[in-house]
This record gives sequence, structure tokens and C-alpha cells, in this order.
Amino acid sequence: MMRDTIILRVVVKLLLPVILLFALYVQFHGDYGPGGGFQAGVAAAAAIILYGMVFGVMAARKVVPQRVVHTLIPLGVLIFAGTGVAGLLLGANYLDYSPFGSHAEAGQHLGILIVEIGVFVTVSSTMLAIFYAFGGRAEDALAGDPLAGDGDGE
Amino acid sequence: MEQLINMVLLTLLALITIGIIRVRNLFAVVVLAGAYSFLMASVMMVLDAVDVAMTEAAVGAGISTVLALGALHLTKTEEAAPRFSAILPLFVAVGTGAMLIYGTWELPGFGLADTPMNTGVGLDYLDRSMAETGIPNVVTSVLASYRGYDTLGETVVIFTGGIGVLILLTAVRRRRRLAGDRDKGSAP
Amino acid sequence: MTEILATVNYWVTIVLMVGGLYIVVAHGNMVKKLVGLGIFQTSVYLLFLSPGKVLGGTAPILAEGFELYSNPLPHVLILTAIVVGVATLALGMALVVRIHEAYGTVEDDEVHELEMD
Repeated sequence: MMRDTIILRVVVKLLLPVILLFALYVQFHGDYGPGGGFQAGVAAAAAIILYGMVFGVMAARKVVPQRVVHTLIPLGVLIFAGTGVAGLLLGANYLDYSPFGSHAEAGQHLGILIVEIGVFVTVSSTMLAIFYAFGGRAEDALAGDPLAGDGDGE
Repeated sequence: MEQLINMVLLTLLALITIGIIRVRNLFAVVVLAGAYSFLMASVMMVLDAVDVAMTEAAVGAGISTVLALGALHLTKTEEAAPRFSAILPLFVAVGTGAMLIYGTWELPGFGLADTPMNTGVGLDYLDRSMAETGIPNVVTSVLASYRGYDTLGETVVIFTGGIGVLILLTAVRRRRRLAGDRDKGSAP
Repeated sequence: MTEILATVNYWVTIVLMVGGLYIVVAHGNMVKKLVGLGIFQTSVYLLFLSPGKVLGGTAPILAEGFELYSNPLPHVLILTAIVVGVATLALGMALVVRIHEAYGTVEDDEVHELEMD
């Protein structure tokens, strides 16, 4: 990777908080402007991926451990599906958010916010897990690990 | 003006596609595909699809390019010379294109407000969204509330895709590494 | 002139679609095949978004002072399709990497020959 390029390293360190902040803005301002869970998830993952590309996948794994990422992938789906079940328990249809608030409009607003967080969690962690999987293979191949990148197959 | 920008961007898209077809170096192909995605995002902006444009710029030009470069790093970067003549694929492609152009004859024109598509359920969402959810961005309210089932399904598809990649790229390696450790342990 | 402008989106959509199809059919390299599939996929996005545009309208974010909005429904459908597209692309790339490890090549005719041997 590009560990020796000082300009890249400094610029990436400066950009990283801005990208993460922008991802949060896109996530929570998605009700009023363009954005939402899908875009914010991809932007947040892109921040970590940028860090990983410049400083190496191992460094990125220290920031966001692989175990955490692998836990977050199903957690997002659970948040989404669980919101639907919560609606069922409160006496409405599946994925009907109306009973969450004092009146239907507030309930819808809250439900959409929760569901978007679920989407954010799954999308960002899936993108990151995919990057770790590819990047981990590439680093093993660079390090000359005979167990990765050998041509013998199974 | 809108239509002029639209036309210029679409022409550039078609040119880049021809470039991707002709270039044999796969790094160049991936970089061209990134430029293609940014242009596509600009076209989406012109078509008023701001949410989609944002996603395409982040996903198509960002994540897809990183993924393709990662895959190239692990495989080869030069495409082999073609062994077969390109006449039959060209015939198939041109034939399909002719059929599709025939299909566009009956489609409504560009930018009209009174087509069946633009007077149906889309207009209904625009009218109801503010009163029922209080969210000005209709795309968000349709995505998360009116068509929540769809979005749940898509989230599950992303989840499944991620699990598939993890199985393909990490599970086998771990098994092999375990097998390697066992061999080392029994060797001396 | 207005006739051409009215259909140029459909024509370019078809050019992109046919270009993607040609790459998938004519090229043996699997990475390039995936790029071709991506082009095919984006042409479908264009096919969905073009008829939803209303000339003189604005993006479907409700605000004071705007009466005419473009159709939000295709935006929703395509938004999720893009993210699912990258998940399937990642799956395809992972398969290509595994094929390269098993056969040492990503050209489909070479893989086929190795299978025949």
C-alpha cells in the first residue's frame, strides 16, 4: 500500500472526520434533503476504506475490528425487521409505524428514523466487511503467505 | 438548457462505453468505469433524481472501483487477445438493439407530465406524504414507509451478498490455515 | 429537433444496454464481463429514471413555492437497486478471485480448456 506518501497520509487524516460527519449529516438530514441510510452507510464505509487503502488493512482493522463489523451486518437487518415486529405487538400491521408516536404522523417519523438506522448499520458494515475480505487477501498475497493466492485450488 | 446538458452527458456516456469495449488494459477499464459512474450520476442530477445521483456517485465511482481494483490486484491486469471472431456477438448485440429501438416507438416522449407513469401512484405519494408522514423528502418516506417491505428485502439481499463474499474469501482460507497448522504439528 | 430530444434518452439507454451485452458476450475476461454487466445495469437505471422526469419540475423534495415535481417512485426503486448492485458485484468479484486461485486464469475459454483436460 502507500504508507510512505506523506501528503496522502496527512490529507486522509484531515478528510476522515469530515467524511464521517458528512455521512452522519446525510443520515439524519435524509428526511429533509437528499440522503438516507443507503447513502450514509456507503459514505461512512468509504471513510474507513480510504483509511485502509492508505494505512493498510491491518490499521483499519484496529480502528473498526472485524469482529464488530461481522456483528453489525445482521444487527442492521434485525433492527429493520424488529421495528416491523414492534409495530405488530402494538396492534398495527407489519412495518406500519403509526402506533410509535402520540399520533400517526409522529409515529411514522420515528419509525422511518429507526428503519434508516438499520439500513445504515447493515450497508456500512457489509461494505466494510467486503473490503476487509478483499484487502486481507491482498495483504496476505503481498506478504508471500503460501495459503493465499496459490494456484492449486481445493 | 436542461435538455442540452442531458444530451451532452449522454453522448459522453456512449463514448466511454465504446472506450471500455475497446481498451484491453483492465486498470484502464476500471478507471473508465469510474468516470462512467460519475457521468451517470450527473445525468441522474439532470433527471431530478438527487438521492439516486448521490448513491451512484458514492457506490459506482467509489466502492465499485475499490472492489474492482482489489480484484485486479489478486488476478491479472491484462485481458487476453480474443480467440474468436467478434461477428456473431456483434450480430446478437445489433439485433437486440434493433428490437429495443422498435420497442421505443410506442413509449411516451421525454419530460411530459401527463404520461400514464407520471399521473399514477407517484403523484399520489407526492400528495399524501406530507400529511401522513410529515417528511418533505418523498423518496425517503416512500422508501422507508410506503414501500418498507421492498427496502427490508433489499437490506436482506445486501446482507446475503456480504455473507456470500465472506464465505468465498475468508472461510476457505481459515480452513486451509487450520489444516496447515495441523500438518506442521504432526511433521516432527 | 424536438423529436430527437424527446427520444435521445431512450436511444442512449439502448446503446449502453447493447454495449454492455456485447462486452458480456464477446469478451472472455471475467473482470471485464462484470464491468459489462455493470454497464447493462446502469442502462436499466436510465430506462427507469428517464420517463419519470418532468420538464420544468424539480426534485421530489416538497418545499414552498414549487408545484411541479418529478416522479419519486422510480427514484426509490433505483436507489435500492444500486446498492444491491454493488453487493452482487462484490459477490462476482469474489468468485473471480476464487476462480483465479483455482485455475490461475480468469479467461473463460482457458478455464473451460482446463476443465476439459
